[in-house]
Amino acid sequence: MTGQLLDADTAEYAIRLGDDALILSQRLSEWSARSPEIEEDIALMNIALDLLGQARTLLSYGGSASGRSEDELAYLREERQFTNVQMAELDNGDFATTMVRQLLFSVYQYQLYTALRSSADAELAAIAGKAIKEVTYHVEHSAAWVCRLGDGTELSHQRAQTAVDVVWPFTHELFVDDELAERVAAAGTGPLPSSLRAGWLSTVDRLLGEATLARPEDNWRPGGGRRGLHTQGFGFLLAELQHLHRSHQGAQW
Amino acid sequence: MVSLQPVIDHTLTALRDAAAAVPDPEIPVLTLADLGILREVRRAPDGAPEIVLTPTYSGCPATEAIRADVLAVASAIDPSARVLLELAPAWTTDWITAEGRRKLTEYGIAPPAPTREQPVLVQLGRPPVSAPSCPRCGSSNTELISQFGSTPCKALRRCRSCAEPFDEFKAL
Repeated sequence: MTGQLLDADTAEYAIRLGDDALILSQRLSEWSARSPEIEEDIALMNIALDLLGQARTLLSYGGSASGRSEDELAYLREERQFTNVQMAELDNGDFATTMVRQLLFSVYQYQLYTALRSSADAELAAIAGKAIKEVTYHVEHSAAWVCRLGDGTELSHQRAQTAVDVVWPFTHELFVDDELAERVAAAGTGPLPSSLRAGWLSTVDRLLGEATLARPEDNWRPGGGRRGLHTQGFGFLLAELQHLHRSHQGAQW
Repeated sequence: MVSLQPVIDHTLTALRDAAAAVPDPEIPVLTLADLGILREVRRAPDGAPEIVLTPTYSGCPATEAIRADVLAVASAIDPSARVLLELAPAWTTDWITAEGRRKLTEYGIAPPAPTREQPVLVQLGRPPVSAPSCPRCGSSNTELISQFGSTPCKALRRCRSCAEPFDEFKAL
């Protein structure tokens, strides 16, 4: 939209962020018509829709450097070409797992978009300025649920704690500085991922505390999503996301 | 020659009026002008008229429909007219006009509260800034059912006085 040619680093960076939003959106949409109550069904689909909207702007922008459309990026790449963090693709598990992941991810996105609003790249700053308002609602919603589940019955507490224990190791990947991230930060395009963790941790600690949930030790740190390494369930997710488009290429509604 | 009189571009005026009157596809009592999403009508460097809109939510499906509707009315006035989307500055519900707020209430949707200066992560269990009144009976004794409703822009509330559920246009 700015009319200037996008450099390769900024394009790859935008696609990373777009992949995170796209894949989590797709995962969340599996809850459609399966949520514990109808209001929650609507809420989860709204969050998925916000993430899809963010993915569309980020992928359209990132793809513009190489002449690829948002649809080509979403529907025609192979598993190893997706650069989302593994956290985004994790199986939904039970409702507690979905809500804990949403909280941990949304607080990260809140930190990310806050920093990105002052990006040297005007388009990324504009996307972040829009998205952060939506993410604020995602944080509120998931925080309220995690608190309700954690500080609820014995069973809901136990399941929420299990969810935190399962998802926690995957949060580390959000804050890894690889070569691209360092170049992007040096250019003033995006924050260094590791710089976001202190703010993230302070909010997450407070919310977990209110939910009477314990923060796990930082031990296992799975990763590799940014390099195209994904978990076993990712291929199935992509198959569902892509099969219609691949079966009927160029089809219009 | 430099003219001291501003030149009125009648095509742009006509385009602005036409675009401003286009109804929102999901809340048809509101026009684009009421919503505050019609940002600018201008001449591009190549001389073609450009109508600049800003989306409400990133993923709102109505954005595509609005764009198509505006293009349809604009093309009838000037076939070279284009419709653009601009994200910054991000749309806020504070841009909904007083007329828009009145129409929303009549339609049964509580208008949005004023937005916070910066989006901030809130404390759990905070009291709401101001509870919207029930658009049916006017009672201010209402409660939140869900921050998310039938479209991205709405929350779901319930009136404790008349017991009716109602939509609230949520502050963004």
